[in-house]
Amino acid sequence: MNPLASFATDPLFFHGVHWVELLIVVIKVLVAFVVLLVSVMLMIWFERKVISDMQSRIGPNRAGPYGLFQTLADGIKLFFKEDLVPDQADRFVFKLAPYLALLPALLIFTVVPVGGDLSIAGHHFELQVADPPFGILFVLAMSSISVYGVMLAGWSSGSKYPLLGSVRASAQMISYEAALGLNVVAVVLTARALSTRAIVASQAHAFWDWNLIRLGFVPFFLFLISITAELNRPPFDLVEADSELVGGFNTEYSSIRFALFYLAEFMNTITMSAVVVTLFFGGPDGPIPRFIPTSDIWMPIVWFALKTLVFLFIYVWFRAALPRLRYDQLMDLGWKVLIPMSLGWLLVVAAVIVWGWWGLLVALAEVVLGAGLARAFGVGAARTETEEAF
Amino acid sequence: MDLRFLGGFKLTFEHLGRRRVTREYPDEKMPKQPRQHGRHVLNRYEDGMEKCIGCELCAGVCPADCIYVRGLDNPPDHPVSPGERYGYVYEINYLRCIHCDLCVEACPTEAITETKLFEFSFTNRFDAIYTRDELLVGDDGRPKKLPWEDWREGDDLHTSGWMRATSPSGAAAFEGVVQWSGELGYGVRAPEGGQSGRRDDAATGMLPLREVMEAHLLPDDIPFEHRGMRGKVFRARASMDKKRRKLVAARTRRAGLKAAR
Repeated sequence: MNPLASFATDPLFFHGVHWVELLIVVIKVLVAFVVLLVSVMLMIWFERKVISDMQSRIGPNRAGPYGLFQTLADGIKLFFKEDLVPDQADRFVFKLAPYLALLPALLIFTVVPVGGDLSIAGHHFELQVADPPFGILFVLAMSSISVYGVMLAGWSSGSKYPLLGSVRASAQMISYEAALGLNVVAVVLTARALSTRAIVASQAHAFWDWNLIRLGFVPFFLFLISITAELNRPPFDLVEADSELVGGFNTEYSSIRFALFYLAEFMNTITMSAVVVTLFFGGPDGPIPRFIPTSDIWMPIVWFALKTLVFLFIYVWFRAALPRLRYDQLMDLGWKVLIPMSLGWLLVVAAVIVWGWWGLLVALAEVVLGAGLARAFGVGAARTETEEAF
Repeated sequence: MDLRFLGGFKLTFEHLGRRRVTREYPDEKMPKQPRQHGRHVLNRYEDGMEKCIGCELCAGVCPADCIYVRGLDNPPDHPVSPGERYGYVYEINYLRCIHCDLCVEACPTEAITETKLFEFSFTNRFDAIYTRDELLVGDDGRPKKLPWEDWREGDDLHTSGWMRATSPSGAAAFEGVVQWSGELGYGVRAPEGGQSGRRDDAATGMLPLREVMEAHLLPDDIPFEHRGMRGKVFRARASMDKKRRKLVAARTRRAGLKAAR
């Protein structure tokens, strides 16, 4: 076996790396890139259409059939707009930030398995740009790096609203990343692997083996909430908060740089939906009990696209239905609800894995301890109040 | 935990299947209100004289400061207006105008009024300044239709001081009383029916404006007594009234003739 195989589990590299393999990799990268860009274009159109339907409006319908090319028209328009850099800006960082926001969004998609395996001219490979053994850690790392894009954009603008937006962004994304990571750990514990493809394979027998059901629904909902916050999408869009912060971190951006932020936001939405599907819904696996390699080429891709689409719709639905959280509510939700719940559920999952059903005793212990803590906090609060009263 | 926020999801989902409220403007235009405020006209008397006397009250009252007027003494041999002076320069900047109609209210001679036209645009700031020639009505007494303006059917028909004076919200004591001057192409227009329904369609040459416009009004704007079945009854009764009056008039005329014979 090739030494490279220990770094990449893609069967493509089992017989060494020659120019054919490299060519296949390059083609995979290009296809993924184009597909992602086109789907971002469609996603923006989809979001605008669905949200206008939810508000009894029509939405874009001028450019192309059903307004499909509206995003393209907007992109071209933005491209030709004047590119402004504020006087007070830190010029280098200001120009760097949009790319820091965009690049992680692109990179996360590389580790998402979109389909089964494919054989072309004797070369067997996975429908996934890269399948590193540390796949899901890569997702976490990249989503952390995208915080830098937002933070540096606000910081380098030399303006108060972007600064406030970026301060909020860093606080919000860091606190929700903890909950995000804890729920990923629960998934990793059951899958016993970090590779995204292995995680998909671990839930590939039937739909009741999906992590959604296997982990008891709670991690999925916690993950969905924290990922929405991580994406800065409504109701957690405090970073952009049009009504409070003008435009948030991207207030000072214009032209193609602004378009890059916009692109990154929607690309993140798509990739994170894909990650949710991968982690909790069996990725490209259909609901019928069936393992990926045995199925044909197209059905897994269709299933994957459909599941991702459902989540994209849910994100749009969130935006239409929910008002924005206040900053303290956001922090309360993150630190006082999501992190303790994720931590507690993670302990239960771990205990059940180690001790079988006896592990549920941990849940009982948690309830007792939690009640005790709540009681202690209550007593403490009451005492402070009486002291303050005197 | 308060789960009432789930109602928001239900509501937004239900809206997916509801009727859209958007009108696709250039393809599908909403009917204009009978007294919509649009671009101005400068009116003339029946003999072709301009009504504007160059008093600059319109310019003084304009909150947007968009009117520029310069008056000049009428030349004695061929006066432009019946007054002492006339509007020598009259300019309105439509990049500033807010169509509040205060100039129309202020005008002592009903020289400046507004049409219902609002669909006009320019590619140049200077084109937005309408001059006296452009604002003045043509020889037929109708507003000039300039090439960059998008006039709709009937927009240029009732644009004079008559429109303001017959406003149905006026004092009841003056209902049906002519309080406006004659105008080029139309003469002195007869009053509109007003609230009590007295009207002279033969003299105005039209049905009362509100009833004509009713077909184009939004359902909410149609008066209560004109809606649905009640509206039908109302219209039937009105036409019966009219026939009875005609009958009575004919009978008295016949009686008078008989008496004379």
